[in-house]
Amino acid sequence: MSAPVVVPSAVVPPAGQPPEVAPPAVEVRGLAFAYPDGRQVLFGVDLVVAVGERVAVLGPNGAGKTTLVLHLNGILGRAAGSTSAGEVRILGAPVTRATVAEVRRRVGLVFQDPDDQLFMPTVRQDVAFGPANEGLRGAALEARVRRALDRAGVADLADRAPHHLSFGQRRRVAVATVLATDCRVLVLDEPTSNLDPVSRRELGEVLDDLAMTTLVVTHDLPFALAACERSVILDAGRVVADGPTRELLADSDLLARHRLELPDGFDAARARGPAAR
Amino acid sequence: MASVPARRAVARRRRPGVTGGRLSEGLYVPGRSPVHRLPPHVKLVCLLGFVLGVVATPRDQVWAFGLHAAALAGVVALARLRPALVLRRAVVEAPVVVFAVALPFVAAGERVALPLAPGWAVPVTVAGVLGAVNVLAKATLGVVAAVVLAATTRPTEIVAALSRLRVPATFVAILHFMIVYVEVVVADLRRMRIAREARGFRARHAGHVPVLARSAAALFVRAYERGERVHQAMIARGWTGVLPAATTAGPLAGDAPAAGPGAGAAAWARAAVLPLAAVAVAAASLAAGDATAWRPGA
Repeated sequence: MSAPVVVPSAVVPPAGQPPEVAPPAVEVRGLAFAYPDGRQVLFGVDLVVAVGERVAVLGPNGAGKTTLVLHLNGILGRAAGSTSAGEVRILGAPVTRATVAEVRRRVGLVFQDPDDQLFMPTVRQDVAFGPANEGLRGAALEARVRRALDRAGVADLADRAPHHLSFGQRRRVAVATVLATDCRVLVLDEPTSNLDPVSRRELGEVLDDLAMTTLVVTHDLPFALAACERSVILDAGRVVADGPTRELLADSDLLARHRLELPDGFDAARARGPAAR
Repeated sequence: MASVPARRAVARRRRPGVTGGRLSEGLYVPGRSPVHRLPPHVKLVCLLGFVLGVVATPRDQVWAFGLHAAALAGVVALARLRPALVLRRAVVEAPVVVFAVALPFVAAGERVALPLAPGWAVPVTVAGVLGAVNVLAKATLGVVAAVVLAATTRPTEIVAALSRLRVPATFVAILHFMIVYVEVVVADLRRMRIAREARGFRARHAGHVPVLARSAAALFVRAYERGERVHQAMIARGWTGVLPAATTAGPLAGDAPAAGPGAGAAAWARAAVLPLAAVAVAAASLAAGDATAWRPGA
């Protein structure tokens, strides 16, 4: 590529300072990816998420949602040396081997299974893991940890062992571990799986209060409606629809074509969306 | 950092027998004894010293093992551990016991008749009996000492102690992950067993071994894949290959041992009594080694 080489720190705006001309938070262009065994999962995904936007990525099982998510901070893709085509830019910076460390600070991934994410003896130590990797120490580290615990509403769990918490609590702690990295883009992979209705609502409230650029990957359509103004539908490795969540969910033919289904009796036109809260 | 009363409350809540105990608590028996309060790394060094002393004791000085055992019994009493509990946990050395019991019958050398009952004597070898006593005594002392350490120190504290003692970070990290994830893997195992039983399977005879073997293989694959996902999740949070020290020690460690991370000379002095005694006994028995000799039937 003949594009001029840019130093990533000049492209990624510093924390808490809005850029002059905001590049999109997430920009995915023509992303295709095959696993080493030859199974191709993504066939040219295009997705642009503006700063501050909350977007749900909807899709049936096996649509390539998790694979897409793993590209957003360079765990898969060219930065990891795997076979992908297309481009991923985070806040304007292309995800490459040189920028991947910076990108991982900017994009916080909350994994599907909190047991995969939480591995330290106490919640506090787990939340400290990310910022400590950044090199934070002492009072600055403690302040960062305390703020993340507060924002995710789990300050009272700080000294508990993550594996002894309820599933809903573990999910919120997982969100805290990612918030502690001071990320600009929050990406949640199937955040409501295995959650009871109350934990599900509480998680939605946490996301509302965060008010940050958020990508929610899910097949829980009511949750998508409650949490995100806009949705895209991913099926068979391509984005097949993009629009306001309420409109997409009202199109039952579209949903049926892509193996998506609202709960019986759910009325997308009447349910509360994020603006209603 | 958790205050002392908070820690007490935690200790009460986790008392085994009430909650059934937690895997990540390992063999820990909550308590406030002087042994519990010693810094974990001090305890680890003392365990090593004691075991070295025991191993250095020549096998024909049976009295020396008596002294070792007495010193160790003193520590068990000081830790306020129930002897029954310590003995029950010492059962892990059962394979060693089997080996030791077999030794007098299978070892080569001069044979003597060992009367087991009136009119019934079994030929055993002198070297075998000596070997058995040696193996049994040393294994038992070592195992009991390790049981005391495990009962008075949380697994996470032992890991922190290893890192304090400059054990390579990779080893410490592996141990740490083992402690954290053993609970997750055992829960997987339990769910798989329940799922098998729900479909009417119970392992009853050797013919069922293939089923169990496949379960073990599935468990291995699941654990391996989980390992990969954990690795991805760590990379996503900026992991660079070493656990940052700030997350395993210092003010963020809510689980800091009661005596504090900086073990004073007093703690070392108190704790050193056991290994020093063991080394002294070993030295004395080595010196006495030429003067006396152990004789069968004496």
